[in-house]
Amino acid sequence: MNASVLPVAEKPDEDTLIIAGKVYSSRLLVGTGKYRDLEETGRAIEASGAEIVTVAIRRTNIGQTKDEPNLLDYVSPDRYTILPNTAGCFDADSALRTCRLARELLGGHDLVKLEVLGDKKTLFPDIPATLEAAEILVSEGFKVMVYTNDDPIMALRFEEMGCIAVMPLAAPIGSGLGIRNPYNIRTIVENAGVPILVDAGVGTASDAAIAMELGCDGVLMNTAIAEAKNPVLMASAMNKAVEAGREAYLAGRMPRRAYASASSPIDGTFFS
Amino acid sequence: MNLLVNGEQTSLTNVATVSDLIAALEIGSNVAVEINREIVSRSAFDQRRLADGDEIEIVTAIGGG
Repeated sequence: MNASVLPVAEKPDEDTLIIAGKVYSSRLLVGTGKYRDLEETGRAIEASGAEIVTVAIRRTNIGQTKDEPNLLDYVSPDRYTILPNTAGCFDADSALRTCRLARELLGGHDLVKLEVLGDKKTLFPDIPATLEAAEILVSEGFKVMVYTNDDPIMALRFEEMGCIAVMPLAAPIGSGLGIRNPYNIRTIVENAGVPILVDAGVGTASDAAIAMELGCDGVLMNTAIAEAKNPVLMASAMNKAVEAGREAYLAGRMPRRAYASASSPIDGTFFS
Repeated sequence: MNLLVNGEQTSLTNVATVSDLIAALEIGSNVAVEINREIVSRSAFDQRRLADGDEIEIVTAIGGG
C-alpha cells in the first residue's frame, strides 16, 4: 500500500468546544491582564489561538484623553467572544453590579465569568457568596461560567443551579503552581454534564497539557502567558499544549506498568 | 451641579444628561453607566437626566484574567 495515501489526522473532525450554544475550535481561553501594553496583549492573544478572551470591568480613567486606545479596540468583540469577569469582587453584590454593567457595556452580551473571592492572600473563591451570586445571575438570564475550587461536590452544585460551565482552579490565581489536585479535577470531569475548564494556577505548557489529558474541556489562563519572558511565544506554546493534551486524552494513554515492557520483539534475535 | 463620579466629587455646569456628562469628561463611548446603583441603558444616555448629588459610576473593559 502506498503510505502517502493514508489519512494523516485521526482526530475527530467534530471535536469542538461548545459554550452557551456557540461552537469554538480552540479550547484555550486567555485573559488580557498584566501585559506590557495593548499591542503586546493583541499579539499574544493572536498567537494563543484563543477565541474567548476575558476582560475586567473597572472605573473609566476620568481625565484620560478621548483618543486613548481602549482594550476593545485591540481585542474586538467582532472577532472574539468577550468574557467579562468579576475579578476583584469580594461579595456577591459587587459581582452582580459588575455583571450587569458588563452586559450593558457589551450590548446585551450575557456570558460572564463569575468569581467571588474570599481573601487577598489566596484569592480562593468565597463559595457561599459565589452560590448567592450565581443563583441571581442565572435567574436574570446570564450565562454563568463559574470560578470555583477543586471540590467535586461544589462543581456539581453549580451545574445543578444552571451555570453553563464550571471552572475549578488548578492552584491559586497567578501562582503558576500547576494542577495541585489532579484526582479532584478528574472526578469533577467525570461527574460533569457541562464543560469543565481549569481556571487559574497554570504555570507552563505542561500544566495546560495535563489539564487537558485529565479530560477537561478547556483551560483558562492569564499570568502564565503575560508574565512569561516572551509572552507571545508562551501563548503559542500554550496553544500547542492544549491541543496536544486534548489529542492525548482522545487517543487514550497506555496503561502504567511497574516494570519494563520491551518495544522490540524478543523472538527472532540472531544472537543468544 | 455636584456629582460623585467614580468616587470623586465633581462640580459641572451645563450638564443635564448622561451624554452631556460623558462629553464634558471627554471619555470615550465604550462605557457603561450606573447612577445611584441603577444601570442606565446605553440607548438612554441622551434622555437620562442627572440630579444634584447623583452617585455615578462610569466603567469600561480593561485587561484582566
